[in-house]
Amino acid sequence: MISLSHYLILAAALFALGVLGVFLRRNAIVIFMCIELMLNAVNLTFIAVSRYLQDLGGQVFVFFVMTVAAAEVAVGLAIIVVVFRSRGTIRVDEIHTMKG
Amino acid sequence: MIDLVWIVPLCPLVGFFIHGLLGRHLSRGLIGWIASGVIALAFLISVGIFLELRTLPPENRWVEVAVFTWILSGGLNVPVGFLVDPLSVVMMMTVTGVGCIIHIYSVGYMHDDRGFFRYFAYLNLFVFAMLILVSANNFLLMFVGWEGVGLCSYLLIGFWYEKQSASNAGLKAFVVNRIGDFGFILGILLIFATFGTLNFGEVFSRAPHELAIGGAVVTAITLLLFVGATGKSAQLPLYTWLPDAMEGPTPVSALIHAATMVTAGVYMVARCNVLYAMAPVSMAVVAVVGALTAVFAASIGLTQFDIKRVLAYSTISQLGYMFLACGVGAWTAGIFHLMTHAFFKALLFLGAGSVMHALAGELDMRRMGRLREYMPHTYRTFLVGTLAIAGIFPFAGFFSKDEILFNAFVRGNVFYWLLGVGGAFMTAFYMFRVVYLTFHGDSRVEPHVARHLHESPPIMTVPLLLLAGLSTIGGFVGIPLIEGAHFFGRFLEPVMKGKALLAETNALAHAAEASHSVASSHGSVGLEVGLMLLSLGIALAGWWLARRFYVVEPTLPQRVAQGFGGLYRLVFHKYWVDELYDAVAVRPLIRFSQWLWHTADDGFIDWMVNGLARVIGEAGTVLRRIQTGLVQSYAAYLVVGVLFVLGYLLFR
Amino acid sequence: MEALFFYLFGGLSLISAGFVVFLRRPVHNAMALILTFFCLAGLYLLLHAEFIAVIQVLVYAGAIMVLFLFVIMLLSLEREESLQDPRGRLRRWIGGFLAVLVFLFLAPVWTLQVLPVLKGTFPPERVHEVGNTIWVARLLFTDYLLPFEVASILLLAAIVGAVFFAMRRL
Repeated sequence: MISLSHYLILAAALFALGVLGVFLRRNAIVIFMCIELMLNAVNLTFIAVSRYLQDLGGQVFVFFVMTVAAAEVAVGLAIIVVVFRSRGTIRVDEIHTMKG
Repeated sequence: MIDLVWIVPLCPLVGFFIHGLLGRHLSRGLIGWIASGVIALAFLISVGIFLELRTLPPENRWVEVAVFTWILSGGLNVPVGFLVDPLSVVMMMTVTGVGCIIHIYSVGYMHDDRGFFRYFAYLNLFVFAMLILVSANNFLLMFVGWEGVGLCSYLLIGFWYEKQSASNAGLKAFVVNRIGDFGFILGILLIFATFGTLNFGEVFSRAPHELAIGGAVVTAITLLLFVGATGKSAQLPLYTWLPDAMEGPTPVSALIHAATMVTAGVYMVARCNVLYAMAPVSMAVVAVVGALTAVFAASIGLTQFDIKRVLAYSTISQLGYMFLACGVGAWTAGIFHLMTHAFFKALLFLGAGSVMHALAGELDMRRMGRLREYMPHTYRTFLVGTLAIAGIFPFAGFFSKDEILFNAFVRGNVFYWLLGVGGAFMTAFYMFRVVYLTFHGDSRVEPHVARHLHESPPIMTVPLLLLAGLSTIGGFVGIPLIEGAHFFGRFLEPVMKGKALLAETNALAHAAEASHSVASSHGSVGLEVGLMLLSLGIALAGWWLARRFYVVEPTLPQRVAQGFGGLYRLVFHKYWVDELYDAVAVRPLIRFSQWLWHTADDGFIDWMVNGLARVIGEAGTVLRRIQTGLVQSYAAYLVVGVLFVLGYLLFR
Repeated sequence: MEALFFYLFGGLSLISAGFVVFLRRPVHNAMALILTFFCLAGLYLLLHAEFIAVIQVLVYAGAIMVLFLFVIMLLSLEREESLQDPRGRLRRWIGGFLAVLVFLFLAPVWTLQVLPVLKGTFPPERVHEVGNTIWVARLLFTDYLLPFEVASILLLAAIVGAVFFAMRRL
C-alpha cells in the first residue's frame, strides 16, 4: 500500500534535486528550470496531502500555483532575454554587477 | 474699564507687529505717530482704569482679569491673567506715561537713523513686556514680562550693532541679567513647590498662615527673588552691566535703563511685600544691599566724565534708595521714589540726549561747557531734573527721597540713615557737577562742533518740558506731615499688607509704626521736620561744594584729585570691579570654555564621532566581501535559513 | 497495481529530474524536465486529481516548456558547461551538502504531528459521484472566486510585463 509518506519522501527528493541544480548550474535558464522542478515537488505534496485529508482545497491551490508559475515564467524568461541582449551572457557567475 | 486691562499691553504689541512686519514700507512720520499713538492710547486706558479703581472701596481694589488659560498641566494652572490693584495701576501709568513722552522725543532724536522702524518696533515691544510684567496676576506671567524686557534691553543696547562696544555691552547686560534671572526662577519654583500655585492673591493670602515667620522657606524664597531683583535693577554685586548699557540710544537709556525696566526689581519686591515682611533676614539683606549700592554707585558717579555714565551710576544709586526703602518696610516710599525717579531721571537722560544731539554725539563733559547760552530749554529742564534728584524743596525728589530717609531712620537704624544721607550728599554734588561742567563755565567744545551748536527741535524740547513739569509737581501727591495729604500712600495702602504683618510680628517695627503714626499728629513732628531740614541742608551742601569746585575755583578738582591720589584713582576706575569680575569670573570661564572646546569637544567628542565613522567604514570593508554579487551564494544563505527553520520544527 | 504505478512514475520522475540537473546541454535539460512533468501528471492521476493532471500536461509540459525551449533556441544556448570547472569546486561541494541536508530535513516531515486528524468534507465517494473536475470547478467559482479573479489579473500583469521587456531595449 502506498501511503502519504511515500509521496512526501518522493517530493522531498525532487525538491532536493532542484536545490542541487540551483547550486550546480550556471546557466540562468537551467536554474530557472530547477526552480520549476522545486515548484512541482511542492505541488506533489499539495496533491498528496489533499488526498490524505480528503479536501479539494489542495488541488485548488495547485491550480493557483500553476497560474503563478506561468506568469513567473513569462516574465522571468523575458528578463533573461533582456539580460542576454544587454550582456551577451546568461551565466550567473559572470553577472555580478552588484558585487560589493 | 477695568475689564479692558488686557488692551493696555495689547496696544504696544500691535504697534510692535505693525513696525516689525510693515515698518520697512511705512514713512517715518507714520511710524512715529503709530508708535507714540499706541502708547498714548495705553496711557489713556490706564488712567481710565485708575479713575475707575478710585471709585471702588479701598479693600476691594484688587481685581483679577483672567483672559485665557495659558498652561494647564497637572497641578500647575497658569492663566494669562491681569491684576488691577493700586500698585499695578501706578506702575502702568508710570510706564505708559513716561514711555509715551520718550517715544515722542525719540521721533526727533532718531530721525536720521537707518533703523528707525526697527527702533520703534523694539521700543513698543519693550513697553508691551514691561506692561505684562507690572500687570500680571501670577509669577510666571510676570517672569515672561521680566524676560521680555531683558530681551528688549539687549536688543536696544546693541541697537547700533555695527559698533563692537555696543554689541558687547548688550551681551554683558544679557549675561549678567541671566545670573539674576536664574535666582528669580528658582524663587518662583520654590513658591510653586511650597504653595502649589503661582497666583499672587493666593500666595500672599496663604503665606501668613502656612509659613513660619522668619522660617527657612520664606527666607529662601525672598532671597532668591531678590537675586533676580539685583540683576534686573543693577544692585550690588550685579550692577556692572548698567553703565555699559549706555551704549544704546539715549532715549533707550532714559526709558529702559532709568525709568522703567530697572525698577522692575523694586516693583517685584514691593509686590511681594507680604513675603518679605515675613522674612526679617531678607529684609535686612535688601536694606543693606540697597544702602551700600546707593553710596557705592554715587561715589563712582563723583569722578566720571562721561555724562551718560554719571547718570547711569546715579540710577544705580537711586535704585539703591528704593531697595533701602523696601528693606526697612517702607514699600510705599520705595514705589513713590520709583515714580518720581522715573520722571526726573528720564528728564535728565533726555536732556543729556539733547546735549549729545547738539554736540554730534559727544559724551565727554571735558569737551562741553557754556551750553546754556545755546540750549536754554535743555538747560532749564536739566536744571529742574537736577534739583529734583538732589532733593531740593519743592521738587519731586525731595518728597520721595526724604520719605525714604525718614523711614530708614525710624524703621531701620541710624546706619542706614547715615549711608542714605551720605549718598544724598554725593548725589547733589555729582549732579551739580554735571550741570556746571556741561552748561556753565568756559566752552571747551571742539571748534568744528561748536559751529553747529543748536537747540534741539520742539519735538524734543516739549517732552523735556512735560517731564520737567512732572518733576516739579510730581512730589505733591505724597505730602508728609499733614494728616491725609499723602494721597499716594493712602492709595497704595491696601496693597502693602506686609506693613500690618510687620507691625504684628516685630516689636521694634511696631514701635516705629506707632511713632510714625504719632509723628503725623503729635510730638514727633519735630523729628521728621528736623530730619527733613537736615537732608535738605546736606543736599544744599552738595550743591555748594559742586559750585565751589567747578565754578568758583575750577582748579580745585585737579588739586583734590592729586591730594587723594590713590583714593581718586580707585574711585575713577570704578573700584576695579569690572576688572575683578573679569579676573574672577570671565577669564576662568573663557579658559574653561576653551578647555571644553579643545579638549572635551575637539579631543574627545569629535574623536568619538570620527572613531565611530571609522569603525563603521572598516566594518564595511570587511562585510562587503559577503556581498559577492553571485546569485547562487545568496541562494545558499537562503537555504541555510530554511534549514534552520526546518531544523527548529524537527528538533524542537 | 497502485504501488507498481507509483514506483514506475516516481522512479522515472527522479531519474529525469536527475537529468535536468546533471545533463550539460540546456535542450536536454528541458526535455528531461518535460518527462518529469509527465511522470508527475501520472502521479496526480494515481491520487485521483484528474483535473490537475490534465492541467499539468497542458500548462507545464505544453505551454511553459515550449516557452523554455523557444528561449533556449532563440538565444542559441548550445554552449556546454563543464561541471568539472575547478574554479567553483568548493561552491559545488557546499551546494551538494546543502541539497542533501534539505532532503534529510524535508523527508521526515510526515512524522511531524502537524496534520489535522479531522478529515475534510470530500471523501472519494462523494467526489466520484460527479467527478473531480466538476468539484474543482465548483470550488473555483464559489469559495475561491476572488483569488481566481486576482489570478487573472496577475496573468494580465505578466503579459504586460513580458511585452514591456520584449519591446524595450534595456
